[in-house]
Amino acid sequence: MGTQANTPAPAAVRSFSDVTLGEALPPLTVHVDRARLVQYAGASLDRNRIHWDEPFAKQVGLPDVIAHGMFTMGAAVTLVTDWVGDAGRVVEYGVRFTRPVVVPYDTGADIEVSAIVKSADPETKRVTVELTATTAGEKVLGRALAVAVLD
Amino acid sequence: MPVNADFQGRAYPPTETYRVSAAKIREFAEAVGSADPVHVDADAARARGYADVIAPPTFAVLIAQQCDAQLIRDPEAGIDFSRVVHGEQRFTHHRPLTAGDAVIGTLHVDTVREAGGHAMVTTRTELATEAGEAVCTATSTIVIRGGE
Repeated sequence: MGTQANTPAPAAVRSFSDVTLGEALPPLTVHVDRARLVQYAGASLDRNRIHWDEPFAKQVGLPDVIAHGMFTMGAAVTLVTDWVGDAGRVVEYGVRFTRPVVVPYDTGADIEVSAIVKSADPETKRVTVELTATTAGEKVLGRALAVAVLD
Repeated sequence: MPVNADFQGRAYPPTETYRVSAAKIREFAEAVGSADPVHVDADAARARGYADVIAPPTFAVLIAQQCDAQLIRDPEAGIDFSRVVHGEQRFTHHRPLTAGDAVIGTLHVDTVREAGGHAMVTTRTELATEAGEAVCTATSTIVIRGGE
């Protein structure tokens, strides 16, 4: 890659040959508060009140407002797309929602995301990454696997 | 059972066209915290071989959930939306959703089953361009909680 003075090199897509099985990706902490959930509700068009209206959430039996599962899923995969170097290289991504992320008004919540390389296919240059997402020490995603095609 | 089991195997007619815009992609990317310029900078996207800015991997849910609404709002299905919890979600991208795409979704009800007093419904939305190019398969499992 060229190194022109004063010009940052464009982010390159990760090379398959640089990946090792079991490799840990740089972890990520996602802070989520009510404002973030309102932002996601508008962006995703999922305006379910359980994600921003505390009295409503409690009325339907939840401990408090909870994050959209799809917010957690979407925020968690940025760890993978940053590592890959191009969000368009993620060809498969699936999760189970095992536990809601409760988002108190005062403090919000932190979602800790980590990931490791589970498998890598040299013929297709596809790597499968397993993600772990926890909040307050409890797993919120299960069977979270993303497949990306590298260079 | 809180869901009509006859719905397994049913397909709904294709939806109206959804037009993917650069503005919605940017809004969605900011909301999930994706800093990849490929979502907001058309030149950066073209430099990587895309026709325009591309959507983050979970953007397709926005279109798929509009398709799912056909089933959830279908009175014959008997789904009480206030008891619905999202159980699983999966995307298979045949290529990235790109600004300018005119996309049609076709909803399939793959399975309706019961487990532990709850009903679980797995739907699959096939997203394709108006020209018929497959773009994304989005699979969702919802859990409809049974009575306490």
